[in-house]
Amino acid sequence: MLRLLLGRLGSFIVTLLAASVVVFILLDILPGDPAAILLGTSARPDTLAALHHQLGLDRPLILQYLAWIGGAFTGDFGTSITYGVPVSGLIADRLALTLPLALLAILISTSLALLLGVTAAANRDRAIDRAVQGFAQLGIAVPDFWIGLLLILLFSTSLNWFSAGGWSGWSAGAGKALAGLILPAIALALPQAGVLTRVTRAAVLDVLAEDFIRTARAKGLDRRTALWRHALPNALLPVVTILGLQVSFLVAGAVLVENVFSLPGLGRLAYLALSQRDLIVLRNVVMLLAAMVILANFIVDLLYLILDPRLRARS
Amino acid sequence: MSLAVENLAVHLGARALLADMSFRLENGATLGIVGESGSGKSLLALAIIGLLPEGMQAQGRVLLDGEDLLALPESALCHRRGARIGMIFQEPATALNPAMRIGEQIAEGLIWHRRIDAAAARAESLRLLDHVRMPDAQRRFAFYPHELSGGQRQRVGIAIALAPEPELLIADEPTTALDVTVESEILDLLAELVAEARMSLILISHDLGIIAGMTERCLVMYAGTRFEEGPKERILRKPLNPYTLGLLAALPERAPATGERRARRLAGIPGNVPSAGRLPPGCRFADRCAMAIAACRPVEPAWRALEPGHGVRCIRAETLL
Amino acid sequence: MSAALESPRRPPPALVAGGAITAAFILLALISRIWTPESPTRIHIALRLKPPLAAGLLGTDPFGRDVLSMLMAGTWTSLSTAFLAVALGLLLGVALGTAAAALRGRFEEAAMRSADVIFAFPALITAIMVTNIFGPGQATAVTAIGVFIIPVFARVARASALQIWARDYCLAARAAGKGRLAISLEHVIPNIAGTLLVQATIQLALAILIEAGLSFLGLGLPPPTPSWGRMLNDAQTFLDSAPWLAVAPGVAIALAVLGFNLLGDGLRDLFDPRRDRAP
Repeated sequence: MLRLLLGRLGSFIVTLLAASVVVFILLDILPGDPAAILLGTSARPDTLAALHHQLGLDRPLILQYLAWIGGAFTGDFGTSITYGVPVSGLIADRLALTLPLALLAILISTSLALLLGVTAAANRDRAIDRAVQGFAQLGIAVPDFWIGLLLILLFSTSLNWFSAGGWSGWSAGAGKALAGLILPAIALALPQAGVLTRVTRAAVLDVLAEDFIRTARAKGLDRRTALWRHALPNALLPVVTILGLQVSFLVAGAVLVENVFSLPGLGRLAYLALSQRDLIVLRNVVMLLAAMVILANFIVDLLYLILDPRLRARS
Repeated sequence: MSLAVENLAVHLGARALLADMSFRLENGATLGIVGESGSGKSLLALAIIGLLPEGMQAQGRVLLDGEDLLALPESALCHRRGARIGMIFQEPATALNPAMRIGEQIAEGLIWHRRIDAAAARAESLRLLDHVRMPDAQRRFAFYPHELSGGQRQRVGIAIALAPEPELLIADEPTTALDVTVESEILDLLAELVAEARMSLILISHDLGIIAGMTERCLVMYAGTRFEEGPKERILRKPLNPYTLGLLAALPERAPATGERRARRLAGIPGNVPSAGRLPPGCRFADRCAMAIAACRPVEPAWRALEPGHGVRCIRAETLL
Repeated sequence: MSAALESPRRPPPALVAGGAITAAFILLALISRIWTPESPTRIHIALRLKPPLAAGLLGTDPFGRDVLSMLMAGTWTSLSTAFLAVALGLLLGVALGTAAAALRGRFEEAAMRSADVIFAFPALITAIMVTNIFGPGQATAVTAIGVFIIPVFARVARASALQIWARDYCLAARAAGKGRLAISLEHVIPNIAGTLLVQATIQLALAILIEAGLSFLGLGLPPPTPSWGRMLNDAQTFLDSAPWLAVAPGVAIALAVLGFNLLGDGLRDLFDPRRDRAP
């Protein structure tokens, strides 16, 4: 069991390091001289050299990489060129929005998907099953940022329930902050819910055909109890697998939806850093977003061990 | 407790999977149901406890102390299932929930039917686990099914079925998936527990040898209907149906030293059980029967009692008398 | 089940619906190359922000361009980007996956690990990084989306190829001294083609969604080439005064994605009727 855990942890760290190398190559090596990009073509050579030194670009690439990774361990991610503040603080601020947003979206999508998927499976081929399948198929097809636009159109422009622009932040109170995240979270959650509903339905149908469901029913358990207590826990494995894969889409969706709702989150920061050519911010935000995807898959690996006792034994 | 199955039939669409099944089982009595695979034995068991696969329809009556289970609403049936009729299944490898500790699986039925609290249910399940002679029950209580051997899993299956103290136990091929040495242990255990609790027992098996050692009466099924029913001794010594005779002739001989069975095809019964959609006209067994005559073909033979408590479906039964 | 027995040759309904929708979109994209009601790039300030039917079938945008014409031209942008991206992902992913299945050992381990690393970068993030190097454009979008779906094809190809490698005819071919490359080309790839086709159809749907997101953020084809995503971005500014602008492109995206997804489901039913399950 411990060896299994260490193995998973090891591959998590290796993947993380490999991703950081990819980010470094794509953002620091391939684009050319960041100082030149920053200063433009008309920059004087001595200004350029000074900036090189200030940014540490006069050091060998490997040292630049190590400085970045080393800094990351001490919480020093460098200073933003455009904002003039430490990147760590900038990221922490934005994470305080993006992380709750993502978690809220996952909460909405999984609870909706489990409810609909199990209901559809329990009523296989009946009207309610077809309705749920139609909803899922539609949910998968609709882009999250368009849902965002429609929600703004409906709730802010027409009904005036929420303000679409800006976010109050946590200092204005948790209730107000969460209320500002609900519409974007719904926009993010609906496509996820579509995918997860289909997976849940299929997984529950598979499990319902298993012998142990009949054993549970022969004990006297009613259909509902057998479904939720025996079928669902055994159907969660494929659902969790897909949920892990979906985090990648959640991250991309967050970039889009934060832009739609003008939310100051990591996604919007990444987008602004790109347009402002703030490479130091961009490098760290991109790495963080990739790390979130890798971390999610690591967590899924751990969840496997909790959900399936058979896997725990195989170590 | 008394169980009376009357004119039970099971349909899937237009196809009759089970037809003209009737038998009675008195309090504390034991009945063996035997037949090749595909004869409808398991379907009969599922029809009795009301757990037929989706799409299948049961007709007729299943009377438990005079109350027709087929006419009961699902909610009422849930109080009979498990509580009054317990069931043990064939595949211990798949019949237990892989994600739930075995102790919980035993306790679940207790909590459900008796509304006792978790601690009491736990104590009772531990006692049961010990009672089905699970070695080191205290420790294994918290095991998951995959951590147990096939025989141990079937002991858990028995404990689950016995937990709410049903009056009738239906065991559907409880040892078919097990090694022969384990098989006799499990059968001994079953016989002992049934006698001790004065339960009625329906034991389903394709092996007449197992039935012979376990039950008082015997019901022979073929292709979805009953072929012969009577006291076990009578059936074993002087069967009145050529199919039963074939089953007897095919009884595998047990090599005394190893306990292993020599596999043998059904001697005297060539071919396979016809499926429900392809039943021949007349007697279902005629095509494979050594004693078949022209009169067997036009109409299906009716069920008739030749002696008190001994019935048969064969027009040539008298020739065997 | 009984219906399937009675008419085994009837195509799955999802296949018919999906096929019809995708065919319609492909046709629309092709037509847009030779004819649109108006030029999708013609600016006509006097006709700006006209609601549907007041000017053109779907109204006009803030520059007075005809929305229907832009939508048609956007179909070409969306489908061509999606097809190119899936072709890229398919080619590289299948090469990686079948090679992993053929060579096993260290190479397989390294290939699948690399796939994991690639998968850590959502297409949008890759697009941001690639845009930073080359600027926005179709090549950037195709690269970002194509690279993102390499791991999907690599995993699917490897898993199905491993099953083929275990079959008797592959063992026989190996015993006869055939090389791994020859066996991969002659036996493995033809046998996994159906699975790959199903996957490609589903990935096309995904690619259309991602392309819409990229062009919404301005990371797709630069103006004035019309694209569904940017039409939605333009619409956002005029949500109060011209809400209809936000409807048509979104419906187009959803319908196109729905069509390819249904087609994929239908193809899967066709190739493997026993499975009536989602992914």
